[in-house]
Amino acid sequence: MTVRGEELEHLKGMLLKMATLVEASIQDSVQSLVERNSDLARRAIEGDQKINAFDVNIDEECIRLLALKQPMGKDLRFITTAMKITTDLERIADNAVNIAERALELNEEPLLKPYIDIPRMSRIAQGMVRDTINAFINGDKNLAKDVIMRDDEVDDLNEMVWKELMFIMTQDPSTVSRGVKISYISKYLERIADHATNIAETVIYMVEGKIIRHMSPDQI
Amino acid sequence: MNAQTEFEVKGLNFHYAGNVHALKNISLPVYKNNVTALIGPSGCGKTTLLRCFNRMHDLYPGNRYEGEILFKKENIFSEDIDVIDLRSRIGMVFQKPTPFPMSIFDNIAYGLRLKGIRKISDLSERVERALNHAALWDEVKDKLHASAYELSGGQQQRLVIARALAVEPEVLLFDEPTSALDPISTAKIEDLIVNLEKDVTIIIVTHNMQQAARISDWTGFMMLGDLIEFDRTDKIFTHPSQKLTEDYITGRFG
Repeated sequence: MTVRGEELEHLKGMLLKMATLVEASIQDSVQSLVERNSDLARRAIEGDQKINAFDVNIDEECIRLLALKQPMGKDLRFITTAMKITTDLERIADNAVNIAERALELNEEPLLKPYIDIPRMSRIAQGMVRDTINAFINGDKNLAKDVIMRDDEVDDLNEMVWKELMFIMTQDPSTVSRGVKISYISKYLERIADHATNIAETVIYMVEGKIIRHMSPDQI
Repeated sequence: MNAQTEFEVKGLNFHYAGNVHALKNISLPVYKNNVTALIGPSGCGKTTLLRCFNRMHDLYPGNRYEGEILFKKENIFSEDIDVIDLRSRIGMVFQKPTPFPMSIFDNIAYGLRLKGIRKISDLSERVERALNHAALWDEVKDKLHASAYELSGGQQQRLVIARALAVEPEVLLFDEPTSALDPISTAKIEDLIVNLEKDVTIIIVTHNMQQAARISDWTGFMMLGDLIEFDRTDKIFTHPSQKLTEDYITGRFG
């Protein structure tokens, strides 16, 4: 007897619930900024406790399974992957909280400029989080690879946002406080996409048994 | 997890004939419909403790119990306990399969006949139920009247478990039930034990620490006749409170 099917399903279920909360948290924090609705930001900040609890519970369950069931082969890879994924998901949620905090501050000040690229980055990043978790649940390495490829789009957008803000801030120093906060938000979204990429890389390990971190895309 | 106790061991000391002090002041609860594993290095007293629960030591003169084991609040060492009745309520399965030299059917029916069940239809029904319960029915249903010795080691062990289950015991004691079996048969017995716990309380002695981790809810770690630690199995194997336990489960000694 080793790990039972229902134990793995239970673990999958917990990760899915956690990922759903994390995605909603990104959505709320960015929407709070775009719609200048601070209630959404507060909801994202309060929701973080629940996500942290999932992080702890999933870790504990993985440790329990490792200690008691001595999983082998694909079960071992699944459980060690789950442990890494939960850490990345938790960090993504922390980034969403940071976005919400900046949104609360920015919503108190006049609008610097309409937000166009930030929501785009957010949509891509959320899609990456969603797809990477689906790739994990279904053991779909192609979807995982697709997520990894999308990271560049977010990096490019972040670069663009930064350049644009730099220009605005050098023209008018009174915009610096808001400009820096918006550039933070852009950076947080870029970090979220990085964490989603980490998860995707771990999923590829789970499916193929090959560690692809620190490899260039053509090596993958 | 059910916290109702099946046994309460209180200040149990056991001396083998010749005054070997094999169990030293052992106290622990055994929870109903849970699997309790006893682990520890050779000579730690785990099998000696297991054999106290159905008074197997009575079979040899000169052995001496002190203290109490309460089974449904009644001390099993008290004089008015009927030991034969006790052993029918508390079954035991040993390391090596011990089928009787008779047919598969008769192995199971043996205990039932002793209990006065004679009607062939009743016997057949109870034999089938016991074999099903021990996950052996499908493998033997077409050869019930073949000798039990024709079965493989793993099947024989499940037959012995079916025989123990047939008389509907409240508790099953397992003394290293898989140490003579291959990994596949071992996995079957482990699955069986996990499935049985909803119906019976199980105490298992095992040399195989991983087995204790996989199948038990509670674990007692013993050494040189002392119970060093007793706790939830996940606690024992992830964060034991005693250094001796930690050393043992991490392979530092033993």
